[in-house]
Amino acid sequence: MKKLLVTSALCAALPMAASAAEKPEALKIGMTTFLTGPASVFGVPARDAAEILVEDINANGGINGVPVEITFIDEGAGAEALTSEYRRLVESGAAEVMFASISSGNCQTIAPLAEDLQVPNFMWDCGTQKIFEENDYSYVFRTQANAAPEMLAAVAYLLKTKPDFTTIAVVNQDYAWGRDSWDIFSTALKAMKPDVEVVGEFFPKFGAPDFSTEISRLQALRPDVILSTSWGGDLDTFVQQAAQRGLTNTSTFVLPLAESSLERLGSSLPAGHIVGARGDHYFLHPERRDDDDFKAFMEKYEAETGDVSVYPVFHAAQAFAALQAAYEKAIADNGVDWPSKEQLVAAMDGLEFQGLGRPVKIREDNQGVEDQLMGTSVQAGDYPFATLENIMIFDGDELTTPVGEVSIDWVGGLDASFLDGLKVDTFEN
Amino acid sequence: MNLTIFVLALFDGIAYAALVFIVALGLTLIFGVMRILNVAHGSLYAIGAYATVSLTGAFLAMGFAPVFAFPLMLVSAILVGVLLGGPIEWLLLRRIYDKPEVLQLLVTFAVFMILEDVQRLAWGSQPYFQAAALQALGNVTLFGVTYTVYQLILLPAVALTLLLGLRFFLRRTVIGKLILATTEDREAAQSIGIDADKVFLLTFIVGAALAGLGGALASPTTSILPGMGADMIVLSFAVVATAGLGQIEGAALTALLIGLGRSFAVYVWPETAVLVPYLIMVLVLLVRPEGLFGSPAARKI
Repeated sequence: MKKLLVTSALCAALPMAASAAEKPEALKIGMTTFLTGPASVFGVPARDAAEILVEDINANGGINGVPVEITFIDEGAGAEALTSEYRRLVESGAAEVMFASISSGNCQTIAPLAEDLQVPNFMWDCGTQKIFEENDYSYVFRTQANAAPEMLAAVAYLLKTKPDFTTIAVVNQDYAWGRDSWDIFSTALKAMKPDVEVVGEFFPKFGAPDFSTEISRLQALRPDVILSTSWGGDLDTFVQQAAQRGLTNTSTFVLPLAESSLERLGSSLPAGHIVGARGDHYFLHPERRDDDDFKAFMEKYEAETGDVSVYPVFHAAQAFAALQAAYEKAIADNGVDWPSKEQLVAAMDGLEFQGLGRPVKIREDNQGVEDQLMGTSVQAGDYPFATLENIMIFDGDELTTPVGEVSIDWVGGLDASFLDGLKVDTFEN
Repeated sequence: MNLTIFVLALFDGIAYAALVFIVALGLTLIFGVMRILNVAHGSLYAIGAYATVSLTGAFLAMGFAPVFAFPLMLVSAILVGVLLGGPIEWLLLRRIYDKPEVLQLLVTFAVFMILEDVQRLAWGSQPYFQAAALQALGNVTLFGVTYTVYQLILLPAVALTLLLGLRFFLRRTVIGKLILATTEDREAAQSIGIDADKVFLLTFIVGAALAGLGGALASPTTSILPGMGADMIVLSFAVVATAGLGQIEGAALTALLIGLGRSFAVYVWPETAVLVPYLIMVLVLLVRPEGLFGSPAARKI
């Protein structure tokens, strides 16, 4: 603490003293991810991806000659263990840049902590839109979109592909994400299509093993559209049980996170349902699939894990792309061999970087602007699971809540004309 | 609420109750005989499910017909009972029967934690889904709503068979009577030559196998993933406690009560569906702390 005080005093006294740092032996990164618990369906692929990405960066000479080292913290151990591990890692000097986290709750806990510790923190996967709407941070950045553009893309795709539906029901997990995502989705939907009727709202508990009763109820209600922003085992169970009982034949499902379940669902997800990917994340990304870097990574990931890449893998790639781009920009801007922390943070403003999707840009409020990919499921026979057709990629600039506005108010103020003005690129598959 | 919705909710409630009852049955049997609340029951349930999924997957890959999934469920249940239940009783529980209940609870909880990690080591963290058995039986449509035969008919039938079978086993067969005698008074039973150790071992194996069977039967309907055991142990404990610990018929009735309460909640007021089982438990225990069918414990001097 004393050292920190002295350092701060020096910095305050000498505003021009933010000079280059000495080139370290290694750039140490700490990454929080779920290695245990239900969310390890995201956390484990992200860790596997991070290991490959670090290997690739180091094989190419590191960042300006400095190799990258990564340490993982398990988010599954609970918020308390997470924050103490996080603090320990930063204060002991075992990490200079942190990537945290998957859970929105953890992001909300860690953002102020990172600010306190003055450690650059990339929020690499969490969805809550509230972080930068409720607070200003100078050390916290988000290298991807948030819930608002993700839900807005789902609404836009639904209205573009199925404009004539009249009834909708929702089956979301009963926790912050399930409730918040429905708030944004329903607010946007009612703003753009006021005549739509919500016929059922179900929030089964997180991790529910059985949706039979909800499915019976939905079969009796016969909504045109069923939304579920669930993920992992919950989504798998819900879709499987719905398919077993024919609900997928009578209603169109809108599943904004189903890209991460496609492979596990196999033949159970029939054609004609709307699938989202929390960004432009898809192992057959229509613009990127023929690029060498994309192909090389996809092949390597599949060879090492036996699975195709899902969106957390793309999010991890974006965090590393942002890291590399920020260091390179800071080095170039300041004409130094290795940037100081202040120079690194300064370089984040307006930073543009490209992971495995389209380029992402960091906005002035530290929020990343990321394009959104949506598609319709199809059992084409190329893979033993559903792939996407009629893919639309929406422009992140248009879907992201403007700086200084609150998402729920902003989407509530939209109307049907918003849809017509959207810039969309459409691909057959 | 019209009649159709009433009937639909009834079907859903029964299908749900059947599965909960099968798991609760093993828990209440073990408690009734051995006076041990086995928290590891949840893990045995999960491992039964994992084993079924793996065995079924392997058999299907070898080209067997999907109906083989049914015998494989039984095989998994027996494997869980013999390979896990047997050693747990023989190596651990046998040493702590005369220790305080808190210690017994902690030991079974420790086993639960260990087995949770064993699952993660053996099967990883990604969900599995294997619905061959369920698909083999097809669907049935009632009042415009499609149900799976597996959930609507097979599960309740299995639950009923187990209930009647266990009643018959305990009251009409020699081994059953030995178990009942040991339950009544362990020392007196030993003094007339009953091998109480053997009875306990057998009971625990049967109880563990029932947990495994519950998991096996649940496996075609749900994603198999880490943490599924913890959920089930909480719910089946609610059933067992509401019924009165050790009450087999009571567990059946309570499971039905909780199943129906939950499904009617989903139809009428979905927000309360999660709450209903525990609300029923609280209400019952407030009025009858020993459970619906439990009798106040007569203290031995």
